[in-house]
Amino acid sequence: MNYNWNWGIFFQTSPDGVHTYLQTLLLGTGWTLLTAIFAWCMALVLGSLVGVARTAPYPWLVRLGDAYVELFRNIPLLVQMFLWYFVLPELLPVEFGDWLKQLPDASFYTAVVSLGFYTSARVAEQVRAGIMSLARGQRFAGLALGLTLPQTYGYVLLPMAYRIILPPLTSEFLNVIKNSAVALTIGLMELTARARAMQEFSFQVFEAFTAATIIYILINMVVTFGMRWLERRTAVPGFIGAAPQPVATH
Amino acid sequence: MFSNFDFDVIIRSLPYLFIDGMSFTLLLTAFAASGGIIFGTLLALMRLSGFAPLSLPAAGYVNLMRSVPLVLMIFWFYFLVPYIGQWITGAPRPIQVGAFLSSLVTFTLFEAAYYCEIMRAGIQSIPRGQVAAAQALGMNYAQTMGYIVLPQALRNMLPVLLTQTIILFQDTSLVYVLSITDFLGAASKVAQRDGRLVEMYLFAALVYFVISFVVSRLVRHLQTRVAIIR
Repeated sequence: MNYNWNWGIFFQTSPDGVHTYLQTLLLGTGWTLLTAIFAWCMALVLGSLVGVARTAPYPWLVRLGDAYVELFRNIPLLVQMFLWYFVLPELLPVEFGDWLKQLPDASFYTAVVSLGFYTSARVAEQVRAGIMSLARGQRFAGLALGLTLPQTYGYVLLPMAYRIILPPLTSEFLNVIKNSAVALTIGLMELTARARAMQEFSFQVFEAFTAATIIYILINMVVTFGMRWLERRTAVPGFIGAAPQPVATH
Repeated sequence: MFSNFDFDVIIRSLPYLFIDGMSFTLLLTAFAASGGIIFGTLLALMRLSGFAPLSLPAAGYVNLMRSVPLVLMIFWFYFLVPYIGQWITGAPRPIQVGAFLSSLVTFTLFEAAYYCEIMRAGIQSIPRGQVAAAQALGMNYAQTMGYIVLPQALRNMLPVLLTQTIILFQDTSLVYVLSITDFLGAASKVAQRDGRLVEMYLFAALVYFVISFVVSRLVRHLQTRVAIIR
């Protein structure tokens, strides 16, 4: 392979004149993590609400939850980002749309919102599966004790459900981190975008992508170890460790 | 809000969107899914072989592919495939490969990691007694796998494999980052040329939604049909 490797490139100054290439990659890592964490919080809250709605004893609420999940699952993430970024400001009243377009860091907010909604549909699936995996008697017992329906969810069903679905939630969190790379299409300078920029300016293609790959693997390992620890701490006594289910992801 | 919604731009660009764009998307999905399932099954067999020189590289490959974003892999292979081509053919300089071949290699190799995990779960769901019975009948490894284990694993996992293929279909939109004219790429080009972002992106979303939704409904229906009654 006649490719000129130059690992010293990371310590050369990037075209912004201030940071070295390595520093630009680390800045990108920061944006990746920031986007992923904000989107994850949003996905957890929305996903839990929708997941609960889909197990509620009201058919119209269940159907509404189903529609929500179908909507956000069946449109590619990239298209969803374009809809939030390019289409939404045009559909709003002119002043508001213009304000949205001129917002500093608009691509960051858009990435968080679109990733958040996209992931919330997947979280909702998991929350629903977790609640459904509990014995029916738990709900009945809660209600029979005089708890209201929200109390039954809050004190009986959800605490158990979350502990059961922690492993699939881990892989969803890893997915959010990886999916944040899609935001480079709307101009977010996250890790993959920085690697791409480094490749364009320095022509050291493989060094740039190798570095990005290693950073992603490191993030992956840290998250996985952290979640393993959390899983051990919160494992429901008496349950066999939840076997990994073959769920299609990407 | 929809007062100046231009339906005409969609009608005018329909042939371009579907003949140029959608055929690329569907062909890429079909070839990458077939290639990914074959390579993924091989990876799964390697991972389950219990022979470290086979299982460790397969596990490493799968974990590597599953820890990096698809977008990054698309960039990787876009620059790597010419060098691989040079290495295979022994040409003096990196070979220029077309957009289709480059993305086909990317998606096949990337999705194989995901198909591998599905097939691995499928193979592991077959009772051990079946393998023992096949061996007692005098079957060798290839026969045991080919006649006994894999057909059942494939059948058990068919719904999950198809769901993964729907995800692959949606993921192919990411070739946008290489400015390739897939369905979304075509929609995006028309959108930018005519300044009709709202119409084109909404239409693209609608088409992706309808296809994914209908196919996932069919998969759910299939799930009840092919389930092995135990």
